[in-house]
Amino acid sequence: MIVRILGEGQYDLEDHALDALNGLDNQIERAIESGDEAMFRMALEGLLAAVRSSGTHHDPDTLDESDLILPPPDATIEEVRELLGDEGLIPG
Amino acid sequence: MSLMKRISLIFRSKANKALDKAEDPRETLDYSYQRQLELLSKVRRGVADVATSRKRVELQVNQIEQQAAKLQGQAEKAIAAGREDLAREALTRKSGLASQITSLKEQQATLQGEEEKLVLAQQRLQAKVEAFRTRKETIKATYTAAEAQTRIGEAMSGIGEEMGDVGLAIQRAEDKTAQMQARGQAIDELIASGALDDASQLSAGDDISRELDALSSGNDVEAELARLKAGSTPQAIEPAQSGDILATEPEAVRTEGENTEGGRA
Repeated sequence: MIVRILGEGQYDLEDHALDALNGLDNQIERAIESGDEAMFRMALEGLLAAVRSSGTHHDPDTLDESDLILPPPDATIEEVRELLGDEGLIPG
Repeated sequence: MSLMKRISLIFRSKANKALDKAEDPRETLDYSYQRQLELLSKVRRGVADVATSRKRVELQVNQIEQQAAKLQGQAEKAIAAGREDLAREALTRKSGLASQITSLKEQQATLQGEEEKLVLAQQRLQAKVEAFRTRKETIKATYTAAEAQTRIGEAMSGIGEEMGDVGLAIQRAEDKTAQMQARGQAIDELIASGALDDASQLSAGDDISRELDALSSGNDVEAELARLKAGSTPQAIEPAQSGDILATEPEAVRTEGENTEGGRA
């Protein structure tokens, strides 16, 4: 599985390594819903740190698409909302 | 990964939408390659712009550090001349500069970080563009227009994602640089006006002077004043120089001294 951290590039990750990060993903979602910047920052940093530590850099000379694209480490809640665009937090 | 999955899907669909499709899919390859080269120049310009801003902040740090050293010298002279009021004024002013220096150094670090990020983004994009160029030539040499479709789609979405990422990095760096340029301009104007090197201008009461006064820590000033007094030996009073703190009219300074006391109370 290929994961891109925006502004940092692509990482190769084992599928099961990613499953372990679901808790942090939920936490980020809750933080965005409640506008809790501190909780958001902690969860995002945790998520990105886990990707970096359990992944390896994907070969930059390829044109492979990422399976997952994550916000940059210094993104604010506002910026993540923008990344979500018109769909906001409720999909579809 | 529900939330992140959604971010990924939206990011990807935007990146793909940005890539125009030509009638002959093989033309799409050339067109996209042009866009990639343009983006490469743009990220190079971005690196240069951020570097310029960073150097400007570094220059400001140097200038303000020189002013701080000058004020320190003035305070020492004032103590030697037995003018504690003037020394306090100079140290108060110097203490305000310290927070300016701290803030500028933070800006410098932020800009340095943005610069490094853009340099890395440039390297990553360069690698992808090179991979795309190779793939493009292979596709054009090997496949007919009809056959090429799938392979072109793969190459395009791979590069599209990288281009979207780099585009975002450039935009973020530009935003941060713009914020700092506005603040940098205010500091340049302050330095140019001479307000930073002459304690007698405190009474001019412009916004930044007031801010500097508010920022200055009374305790720091008192402690340093005490240290200077303890270390000073009686010396001949030096003649006042133009633009020097000692040249300030004593009456004006007394008024300012009272103001400063009032501000601390």
